[in-house]
Amino acid sequence: MASHGIKDQVAIIGMGCTQFREHWDKGTDDLLIDAATAALASAGVSKDDVDAFWLGTASSGMSGLTLSQPLKLEGKPVTRVENFCATGSEALRQASYAVASGAYDMAMAIGVEKIKDSGYQGLNAAPAPHDGTKRNLTAAAMYSLVLPAYAARYGVDEDELRMVVAKIAEKNHRNGALNPLAQFRREMPAEKICEMASVAGRLSVFDCSGVADGSAAAIVVRAEDAHQYCEDPLYIKALSFVSGTGGGLIDPEYDYTTFPECEMAGADAYRQAGIDDPRSALAMAEVHDCFTPTEMVLMEDLGFCERGTAWKEVLAGTFERNGDMPINTDGGLKAFGHPVGASGLRMHYECWLQLRGQAGDDRQIDLSSRNLGLVHNLGGYPGEMVSFVSILGPELG
Amino acid sequence: MAVSGVHFGGMRGIISFGGYVPYRRLDRSAIAAVMGRGGGRGTRSVASYDEDTTTMGVEAARLALRPVDAEPRALWFATADPAYLEKTNATAIHAALRLDSSAGALDFGGAVRSGIGALRTALNAIGPTVVVTADMRGGLPTGADEATGGDGAAAFLIGTEDDGPVVAELLGSASATEEFVDRWRQPGSPSTGQWEERFGETRYGPLAAQAWKEALGGADIEADDVDVAVVTGTHGRAVKRVAGQLGVARVADDLTSAVGNTGTAHPGLLLANELEQAEPDQTIAVVMLADGVEVLILRTTEALASYAPSLPVADQIAAGAEVSYATFLQWRDMIQVQPPNRPEPTRPSSSAAARAQDWKYGFVGSRGTESGTLHLPPARVSIRPEDELDAMDPAPMADVGATVMTFTIDRLVYSVSPPVVFAVVDFDGGGRLPVELTDVDPDAVRIGQRVEMTFRRLYEAEGIYNYFWKARPARSSSGD
Repeated sequence: MASHGIKDQVAIIGMGCTQFREHWDKGTDDLLIDAATAALASAGVSKDDVDAFWLGTASSGMSGLTLSQPLKLEGKPVTRVENFCATGSEALRQASYAVASGAYDMAMAIGVEKIKDSGYQGLNAAPAPHDGTKRNLTAAAMYSLVLPAYAARYGVDEDELRMVVAKIAEKNHRNGALNPLAQFRREMPAEKICEMASVAGRLSVFDCSGVADGSAAAIVVRAEDAHQYCEDPLYIKALSFVSGTGGGLIDPEYDYTTFPECEMAGADAYRQAGIDDPRSALAMAEVHDCFTPTEMVLMEDLGFCERGTAWKEVLAGTFERNGDMPINTDGGLKAFGHPVGASGLRMHYECWLQLRGQAGDDRQIDLSSRNLGLVHNLGGYPGEMVSFVSILGPELG
Repeated sequence: MAVSGVHFGGMRGIISFGGYVPYRRLDRSAIAAVMGRGGGRGTRSVASYDEDTTTMGVEAARLALRPVDAEPRALWFATADPAYLEKTNATAIHAALRLDSSAGALDFGGAVRSGIGALRTALNAIGPTVVVTADMRGGLPTGADEATGGDGAAAFLIGTEDDGPVVAELLGSASATEEFVDRWRQPGSPSTGQWEERFGETRYGPLAAQAWKEALGGADIEADDVDVAVVTGTHGRAVKRVAGQLGVARVADDLTSAVGNTGTAHPGLLLANELEQAEPDQTIAVVMLADGVEVLILRTTEALASYAPSLPVADQIAAGAEVSYATFLQWRDMIQVQPPNRPEPTRPSSSAAARAQDWKYGFVGSRGTESGTLHLPPARVSIRPEDELDAMDPAPMADVGATVMTFTIDRLVYSVSPPVVFAVVDFDGGGRLPVELTDVDPDAVRIGQRVEMTFRRLYEAEGIYNYFWKARPARSSSGD
């Protein structure tokens, strides 16, 4: 029993991503068609060339029909997957395994969410029938528990820590401002964020991810076939997924300063990719900054810095686009927006651009010494979450 | 062992008791400050937005049963403000108390008189019986009932010495009944009608005299043998006049100044308050004026000296905190406010709730037999590897104190009364739950705060009330 991974067995040969925003004039079908069309064009293939499809959506549709109907896919298998906010990455993971197994030669992973048709702000998933004892709390409030816990554990002043996480939002807004596909393209100083009214714990609305509609797609083939379609494919080095026990909710040993599911998924991915020291191996990472404290804790859970030091590294600028460890260069969930089912694939899209030197002069990160990228995508809450980690690179080996 | 077959081996009486006064108080002067009239002096008790007569009944019954080790054979619930019609409300209390399924649960519904009626019936019945009375009193803004009413509950375990030490024996009781329309309310109406007061006074006077005489005769005592009389009812003037004419040594404080008249619950609440201050061998009378007159005459026993009330009524009164008149009106549905622009909660599934009955109503988790690890909610598979599948024991946690490990204020989530105050609490002896706090001021929550569990109505959806537990700052002795 082991998580062997499929290092260098599968390559991404094309990707597409719509703008993430409040698409009042586009429905789920339009977003799927736009992302799929862009991905097919990027790979230089047609929908008939794709043998199988994995569609990720949290709540914008049921079954494979959500994709096969608008795309008029004839005689093709479409699997709808859902794994909370890690839904898009889950679609990529399944599509990759499908081609790695030899069952199909070419597969598409596509994620979509049409959030803004609900008539409510924020994310609102309809619950399954329940016994009425589940907690009534927003995700923002659950993640707000991280700040006082972290401050207490590491002896950081709570006001200072509040500024630290606002700096994370500031960075992601700065990155988003340069990104034509991002939902928010305005810079937002941390001081201003700190002055805003709290909505959950000490978090303001600007500590929360943007709520957007959008879709993103990837086309994968076996690595040995990649150059038939693409001069510069992006190879999958690792795909890891951990679904938690929920034990953090009931275990008094859990202290809300770490997400063990993410740490485990990261460690598994590093094993698969043969990475010993992520900080020196990775050129960039796209991480699940659903709320600003999440990104801070992830820096430690993913091994980018020692426990209790992420807050200092944030202040030191380590995670800026031109820093030593660029994080969320596309703006992240914070500024790019978070259409649940699409976000995981959007993160891969940024790796697709950056690691192949396609991000554009004003956004491109330095690849001179490192060329691997990491995607981290989670779903759920502190104490009960699913976590995905992938590692990608432009070269085999 | 009753040889005669009748319960003569010990007189029937009160084995344990508990009064419940909700945390919030409305300053009556706040009414006139807003409305220009109405109100008065002192405060009235106010049930929180997440309380109803059923949840307050649960709280009173928990307080009543905590000091004793009893196995009630019946639970009777009386209120003039039932959460449900058609459906029995006593069953939710029965479930929260985790009574045996062979113990019956009945509602004594509708009338204010049903509370004292249930108590008197239980005192003359067979088998250990829990009597729970609760009420939420009010009326239209500026009216007398709004100001003088109160919210509360009281519960008693009634039985003989076979069931536990009797702290107050029934010496005698009487009832006088007559049909006249003095106070009335149709189901669903927010206010109670009242006939001209002077008419009711002419009815209650003779009825009280008749019942009082009969009860004293049955108890074989004179009026001046009574140490204290609890006198209450639906007719304020008649209550005052009757109280003055009983000829007893002392008339009990009717808690008007701090609590108000809690209607169906009031005779029980006042009696509980008196019992908490009484000494052995005192005679206490209860006189209730409501569509006639009910009289109970009780005598405290030596057992009262060693009886430790869970949380005296006086302590609850002292611990209250203010609620604004605007919030009070909102909680009572007298004014509608803009709800948060979030989806409303969905109704709980009856079948899912029934499967989870011990958890949802009894707050019973499970504990791994090997690891001892507490699981809230109960789980079949442990988070610790040493526990085998289904190797779990039930873990009743409703009466276990806890400490706030961390907390947050959620201003985004749907709530009838935002913001939601939410804490991660660690239970004494192990175990954790992320849980909503209630009866708490958001600014006063702190890490390390002691909390205890309380049974609440989380919300209503499609006419179904969703009951579950919250935590509140500790009020009982388990707190700090």
